[in-house]
Amino acid sequence: MGIPIQVTVNGTSYQHEVDSRMLLVHYLRDVLRLTGTHIGCDTSSCGSCTIMVNGQSAKACTMLAAQADGLEITTIEGLASNGKMHPVQEGFKEMHGLQCGFCTPGMVIAGVQLLDRNPNPSEEEIRHALEGNFCRCTGYHNIVKSIQHAAENA
Amino acid sequence: MATLIGQSVKRVEDRRLLTGQGKYTDDIVLEGMLYAHVVRSPYAHATITSIDTAAASDMEGVVAVYTGKDIAESGVGGVPCGWQVDFKNGDTMKEPPHPLLVSEKVLHMGDGVAVVIATDRSIARDAADLVEVEYDEHDAVFDAAEAVKEGAPQVHPDAPGNLAFDWELGDKAATDAAMAAAHHVTTLDFVNQRVVPNAIEPRAAIGHYEDAYDRYTLYTSTQNPHLTRLLAAAFVLGIPEHKLRVVSYDVGGGFGSKIFHYTEEALMLWVTKRVGRPVKWTADRSEAFMTDAHGRDHVTKAEMGFDAEGNIVGLRLNTQANLGAYLSTFAPAVPTYLHGTLLQGLYTTPAIHIDLQGVFTHTNAVDAYRGAGRPEATYLLERLLDTAALEMGKDPAQLRFQNFIPPFDGVNEPGYQTQVALQYDSGNYEPVLQRALEMVGYEDFRTEQAAARAEGRYLGIGFSTYIEACGIAPSAVVGALGARAGLFESSQVRVQPTGKVSVYTGSHSHGQGHETTFAQVVADKLGIPLEDVEIIHGDSEAVAFGMGTYGSRSLAVGGSAIVKSVEKVLDKGAKIAAHLLEANVDDLEYAGGKWTVKGTDKSVGFGDVSLTAYVPHNYPEGLEPGLDFSSFYDPTNFTYPFGAHIAIVEVDAETGKVSLK
Repeated sequence: MGIPIQVTVNGTSYQHEVDSRMLLVHYLRDVLRLTGTHIGCDTSSCGSCTIMVNGQSAKACTMLAAQADGLEITTIEGLASNGKMHPVQEGFKEMHGLQCGFCTPGMVIAGVQLLDRNPNPSEEEIRHALEGNFCRCTGYHNIVKSIQHAAENA
Repeated sequence: MATLIGQSVKRVEDRRLLTGQGKYTDDIVLEGMLYAHVVRSPYAHATITSIDTAAASDMEGVVAVYTGKDIAESGVGGVPCGWQVDFKNGDTMKEPPHPLLVSEKVLHMGDGVAVVIATDRSIARDAADLVEVEYDEHDAVFDAAEAVKEGAPQVHPDAPGNLAFDWELGDKAATDAAMAAAHHVTTLDFVNQRVVPNAIEPRAAIGHYEDAYDRYTLYTSTQNPHLTRLLAAAFVLGIPEHKLRVVSYDVGGGFGSKIFHYTEEALMLWVTKRVGRPVKWTADRSEAFMTDAHGRDHVTKAEMGFDAEGNIVGLRLNTQANLGAYLSTFAPAVPTYLHGTLLQGLYTTPAIHIDLQGVFTHTNAVDAYRGAGRPEATYLLERLLDTAALEMGKDPAQLRFQNFIPPFDGVNEPGYQTQVALQYDSGNYEPVLQRALEMVGYEDFRTEQAAARAEGRYLGIGFSTYIEACGIAPSAVVGALGARAGLFESSQVRVQPTGKVSVYTGSHSHGQGHETTFAQVVADKLGIPLEDVEIIHGDSEAVAFGMGTYGSRSLAVGGSAIVKSVEKVLDKGAKIAAHLLEANVDDLEYAGGKWTVKGTDKSVGFGDVSLTAYVPHNYPEGLEPGLDFSSFYDPTNFTYPFGAHIAIVEVDAETGKVSLK
């Protein structure tokens, strides 16, 4: 049985009927074709699927699409405005905070969330805030620098 | 114009990846695409007594269910191994088939036994749960050292003693004699444990057969699209290579695990033709753990002999290398030619011998992972040296200095011929360790360590030097060692009429940033802006040939192939420029993106020459139009980077917690 939902994603309102068990990440990727949100582990361990739900970061692989009814979602595709990347995206570019790019959307969203809550985090606070996001390429140091760069240039 | 090589430039690929516009395999959706889910064995070693697919097949949305029997009956064998290492006595390597799906006996947990194809990924997964497989479970063996013992469970009936091969390198008689005469012998038993590479992007593959053209396309998360094409076309499907296109756009990390041709890739090609629609398989993380080729897994007894002064006189090793249940693409090469050949390290060890068994076990396949064989060699050597220093009461740094190979430049002096086949190109090892010692303040550290110990605090220091054989690899050398492919690289540099440049490379980027680094090289050589150069990779339709990215080969081998093509562009461009300038080619020099008649201000730019090449109205007689060259580069030797690491740690004696200083 389809469950009707209305969600706003990156400023656009959508109405769909979704399977009750459909994961939010599959809704974003398969239905809306917003494939910047990635699936790395299916178990909310890796953070590749991190998105913003009503301003709070959330792992889209452990939310049902049906739970998103009435909510406002921002994915990596919605961060840039007027062709200008978000300061956290700029920070990653400036400080070589990514290699293969697969964890990057989730990592960036986690960084955005951190700076929303704490505009001037210490290195330790950044590392703590990123504990829910895995990166297999960089070794994290440049990701920390990227978020520091964003904090300094926001 | 400032040179671009050596400059720190922002990565070209980052905007795409940072805005969610990367194109990873699972992001691709094709018209009419179906989804596959593989039914996998929960047992490490079992005979399939029955499979009932009726309930799964009847489920709404299920298009087809296939078992190993269907594959076997279609005449498709299995995925091949790409490297042959034979037995010491000359017997051929045991190479049991690695079927796309097992029809009789599963040999590791996660071995595929059936595949469900459905209109939706959730339906495929649900239906897979309805496939009823009955197993008769058998004893299994997981540890390589156990597997070679008398009476161990057998993985393959035609591989007695679970041996795929046994192998040796070095001078056994000389090493035995040196060890017998040694003043001191340090002996260590090592387990270099198995690791799971765990690239953050799970493997994915889409097979797409188009009947209209009798052609297959495979979209796959691979480091190695062209080799995958070769192996899948020629050795699995039995079709010519031009009937298979392999596409690998953005790849979420590999670390070796995506070099290899996997059964799921071949399976998607097999099923797409049968169902007549594209079919996608995407691993979940559990499947990644069970089926991505693992790394390491050596069991070694190692002995290092020293004379009374502390000079190394011999190194003797006996290793069981766990290969898993099947031979993955490069598996036999990793513990042999990528491991045994690095046992010289940075030291003058005059006699070395390694005896190694490649062992089948009831585990997932083991293959190249991060350095692949070479870190295992470094680990052995450096642990032996630290332990020997402790046993002999010598300073571990001094023991290394004492045994370093003296400097050689490889130009005026020959390269260094090791006892284990390789010839190092050039080396000067003492300064790297010296520098590392200075960086940690080694002399002060020993005082600090003694003071800490007096307070009951435990400070420790560990040393490691290393050397790697990179830039894989000279084809003739690896061919003589069992490789079934060349390890050259290809490139094409296509100058467009506007003077912009498209570069096609057989190297494959999965995080390395080739779109930036290769563009730097080309823009630098041509004296044009970085943004005028575009790097294209990962599509066998666009790139004529390639051997992929692994073994630190992209810049050394792939980059060299690109430079060769750039040089051809400049050679031909000079002829066109000479014609336009009414000058002699020999009188021209190329700099800053233009050809200038030496000693004059007469010049013509790269863009004008490019346009002339495609609009050849005023053109050198007999010269072909166009400015488009391809090249192959086959290296003459490996490259041999080396270095030193030092770690200082404090161990909390009560809790065992280790903190890096």
